[in-house]
Amino acid sequence: MSAGARPRVSVVVFPGSNCDHDAVHAVEATIGADARPVWHAGTELGRPDLVILPGGFSYGDYLRCGALARFSPIMDAVRAFAAKGGPVLGICNGFQVLCEAGLLPGALLLNSGQRFRCEDVFVRVETIRTPFTAELTKGDVLRLPIAHGDGNWRIEAEAWDDVTTHDQVVFRYCDAAGGRGTGANPNGSLDDVAGVCNRERNVVGLMPHPERASETMLGNTDGARLFRSFANGLLLGRTG
Amino acid sequence: MKVQVTVVPKSGVLDPQGKAIAGALTRLGFPGVGDVRAGKVFRVEIEAKTAAEASALAGQMAEKLLCNPVIEEYEAEVVE
Repeated sequence: MSAGARPRVSVVVFPGSNCDHDAVHAVEATIGADARPVWHAGTELGRPDLVILPGGFSYGDYLRCGALARFSPIMDAVRAFAAKGGPVLGICNGFQVLCEAGLLPGALLLNSGQRFRCEDVFVRVETIRTPFTAELTKGDVLRLPIAHGDGNWRIEAEAWDDVTTHDQVVFRYCDAAGGRGTGANPNGSLDDVAGVCNRERNVVGLMPHPERASETMLGNTDGARLFRSFANGLLLGRTG
Repeated sequence: MKVQVTVVPKSGVLDPQGKAIAGALTRLGFPGVGDVRAGKVFRVEIEAKTAAEASALAGQMAEKLLCNPVIEEYEAEVVE
């Protein structure tokens, strides 16, 4: 992208996505993006700088959350975009889809308390080596809303070693002061994981909704920091 | 032919539903209820010449779609 140009953002819309408009609006409002929804049945992403897989209930969460969206035609294009290093952000259901597609490690189970949780939580930034956290500081605490029934991130022991060895945990649930082990984890996820990235660091998924906390009018702008981090990185030609 | 694929959370993986069901069974007075795994059953009609072929196809269905090996395990069998 040349300096001054608007970042191009494609938001994939699956049948059952319901945060697609929010995501389009959030990147328009926070980083002046040229954002467009892209229907899942297509095969072209439209040369974006960023692809967002939004929240919702793709395919009615049938079989497993995100399991059927993985087979949507557009996912081949998402895979190819990610393989070339293109930044991909999966939010909530989008995170579940990326895990099912094998683009992110782990899987998301039913919340340990068996309840759908809809509330604000705190997450701590665990790595700044992603396009969305590059301008944050490790240890920064963000307040972000969650709304999910299946956010209990799990992974096999060996793969977990890989994830920690390669610094792939991006966010962890915490209390307002950034502390852990205080019941701050809303879903029982392994080691309080709220978001992870792939080994190459260009694909990030998280359960909380930054797009719902990106404008002053909404009372919280913590989520906008992720989008700004990406957009400034794009301007500077920063990768990861 | 008809094959049946049963998918349950792997042992060692927390199963909140199974845990709640175990608690309910215990409260109902069933003695000695241990671990409960709540899963899914898929019965798939399939054209196959032999039971072995049907069974192999059921296994492939489980591997590719019905079961997520990160959190689940499966059994496939020919039922008809």
